[in-house]
Amino acid sequence: MPIPLSYSFRNLWVRRVTTLLTAMGMSLVVYVFAAVLMLDAGLKKTLVGTGESDNMLVFRQGSVSEVQSSIDGSQANIVAQLPGVAVRGEPLVSRETVVLVNLKKRDSGRPSNLVVRGVGEQGLELRRQVRVVEGRSFRPGSDEVMVGRNAAAQFQGMNIGETVKFGGRVWRVVGVFEAGRSGFDSELWADGDMIRQSFRRVSYSSLVVRLSDPSMAADFAKRVKGDPRLPLEAKPERQFYEDQSETLSRFIQILGLTLTVIFSIGAVIGATITMQSAVATRVAEIGTLRALGFQRRDILLAFLLEAIFLALVGGCIGLALASAMQAFEFSTTNFQSFSELAFGFVLTPEIVVQSLLFSVGMGVAGGMLPALRASRVAIVEALRAA
Amino acid sequence: MLIFKLLFLNIWRNKGRSLLTLLGLVVAVLAFGLLLTVVKAWYAGAEQASQARLITRSAISLIFPLPLSYGERIRGTDGVADMTYSRWFGGVYKDTRNFFPQFAVEPESYFRLYPEYRLSDAVRSRFFRDRRSAVVGRRLADQYGFKEGDIVTLRGQIFPGSWEFLIAGIYEGAEESTDTGKMYFHWAYLNEEVKRRGISRDPESVGVFITAIESPGRAAEVALAIDGLFANSAKETLTETEKAFQLGFVAMIETIVVAIRAVSFVVILIIMAVMANTMSMTARERTSEYATLKALGFSPGFVARLVMGESLLLALLGGGIGILLTFPVASAFHAATGTLFKSFMVSPETTWLQLGAAVLTGVVAGLVPALKARRIRIVEGLRAIA
Repeated sequence: MPIPLSYSFRNLWVRRVTTLLTAMGMSLVVYVFAAVLMLDAGLKKTLVGTGESDNMLVFRQGSVSEVQSSIDGSQANIVAQLPGVAVRGEPLVSRETVVLVNLKKRDSGRPSNLVVRGVGEQGLELRRQVRVVEGRSFRPGSDEVMVGRNAAAQFQGMNIGETVKFGGRVWRVVGVFEAGRSGFDSELWADGDMIRQSFRRVSYSSLVVRLSDPSMAADFAKRVKGDPRLPLEAKPERQFYEDQSETLSRFIQILGLTLTVIFSIGAVIGATITMQSAVATRVAEIGTLRALGFQRRDILLAFLLEAIFLALVGGCIGLALASAMQAFEFSTTNFQSFSELAFGFVLTPEIVVQSLLFSVGMGVAGGMLPALRASRVAIVEALRAA
Repeated sequence: MLIFKLLFLNIWRNKGRSLLTLLGLVVAVLAFGLLLTVVKAWYAGAEQASQARLITRSAISLIFPLPLSYGERIRGTDGVADMTYSRWFGGVYKDTRNFFPQFAVEPESYFRLYPEYRLSDAVRSRFFRDRRSAVVGRRLADQYGFKEGDIVTLRGQIFPGSWEFLIAGIYEGAEESTDTGKMYFHWAYLNEEVKRRGISRDPESVGVFITAIESPGRAAEVALAIDGLFANSAKETLTETEKAFQLGFVAMIETIVVAIRAVSFVVILIIMAVMANTMSMTARERTSEYATLKALGFSPGFVARLVMGESLLLALLGGGIGILLTFPVASAFHAATGTLFKSFMVSPETTWLQLGAAVLTGVVAGLVPALKARRIRIVEGLRAIA
């Protein structure tokens, strides 16, 4: 018969202060662990959710970001005439010009790069996820702009009615849009022709193409690549932005996981010390249990469970702290697109499971040695010690 | 002297616990030092940057090039001693993961302005003579195994196509902290090819102009004079010191730097919790012993010093080992991360902070148990069982 579970957690309750101190150490580790995973999940969610699933993005071969890409007018016309492009009166293609503009951030006053997207006539129609939440959209052919929700919060001069100067022109902010927490939320949108005029560009940066049949994406990409007139490449819009998360995501993961591993060593040591002393003060008690007929492995299990309970208490506190981070937005420069991107901390069920498993792992690692020691106590000596 | 003897004997009474605590301290102090060094490494580029050099870039953002013709007007500005220019190439070597910075420069003036990059005379004359050659920094050469005479092929992300360069040689840094992770080649070659291949990326243009000024005291004045030359033109400029320019890059990822810094203090909190736990357990177990000491006539202060001394001794031992380990671990870390960090050196300031953190941990952990030991009543203490 195994030792009842209540034996293990009542023991923790008896030594409340020590339990709490040790659990606090572990909770900080779990907090960092979960926060890193949440940040990575937030970044991926933001970039994966950018764009529509039936849109293709056409860009210059080898470009990682739209800013690097360039497409001239005749190439754009060829793409618009390719089979597979949806047509409603005319082909559903948005010729876009994307530039980076260095503007001052609200909180630090330091400049950072904001993505300015000059969209074609059909640009808004092709992006169903974009919704104007305040004010109105810009009028074609005017010097009006609308800004994404995050860009409006991050950069100076982005309130409706304010003006912002770039590209030798003063632009009027007339609206704020929301794009379902995607990368577009960190952009500023204006009329494509106006942007090209002010930046003296003749070429476009990228084309957004609506396919008549979304399942034809691979065919369309092959067709673009195979056309000798086009030094271009096509990717599903979502995939293009998702690929931009690679470097930053890897950076966050490596940094975060290295940190957690180092921290967990400290927390595991804390658990071991606590459990060692728990065993040392209860030698007589263990002897009694053994004399009552409990097996060595029952004792081992009881102490191991005690360590796991201890770690789970820490894990839950850590997760609670981390879930509070969901209220915060994180904003930094994405290395791959060289522009400011805002994203949140996202707590997914997988992260909850991973964090709890991680804390159980720490509990096992920390409790194993003391539990083994407890199971090896010799009955006679232990009873004499009392 | 008696107290020191007692202290040394005391910490070895529970060997397992002391060793575990020491290990925890070592890991924490080591992690703390590494994190601070990582934060410092981000700023390394800015710290190496000179106040006597100005960088002139497009006022809109770095992605917009400036016409080469601006160069002569900048050179003619009062207070400017010398001028050179460079253009960001942004190619990848074999795979997108192998990314390192490449710049197209005017070799003679560039290496005149940057004496910290040292070329041997043979390499210098070979590089200057051959327009299709390039030089690479020592760290870069070591990472990718580039040797003199190698042909390196890069795939252009901004300038499409494949680009071949003959490695004319390797440049060394004047100091250990000099960044030798970049590749330089001839701007004239890039410009020629842009025109020949018909790439739609402004020909006869450069990314930034770099000027050496006569005295650092005149930096602000000269910068304003340069920007004044091109004010209200189609391509306005923004001039700042090299240091401010580099800090601009750090500011872009400031959120991450702030997070790392915050996390480095979390690690100290974790170890404080672990150590406070150890000390309170130790003191609790020795209650009757402290009462005996008092009964023998030792003052309460002596008993308190005994507890505090033990805590401090452990903290200093762990901290000392951690500090010593920081140096080899930091250089291993630097080797493992490749060209990610320009320089990665443990500064004296970091060592002092590590020492401070160790002492603080010792004091905080020992404070409550020491006060308790001081207040032990002899009669109750003698009766207490650990």
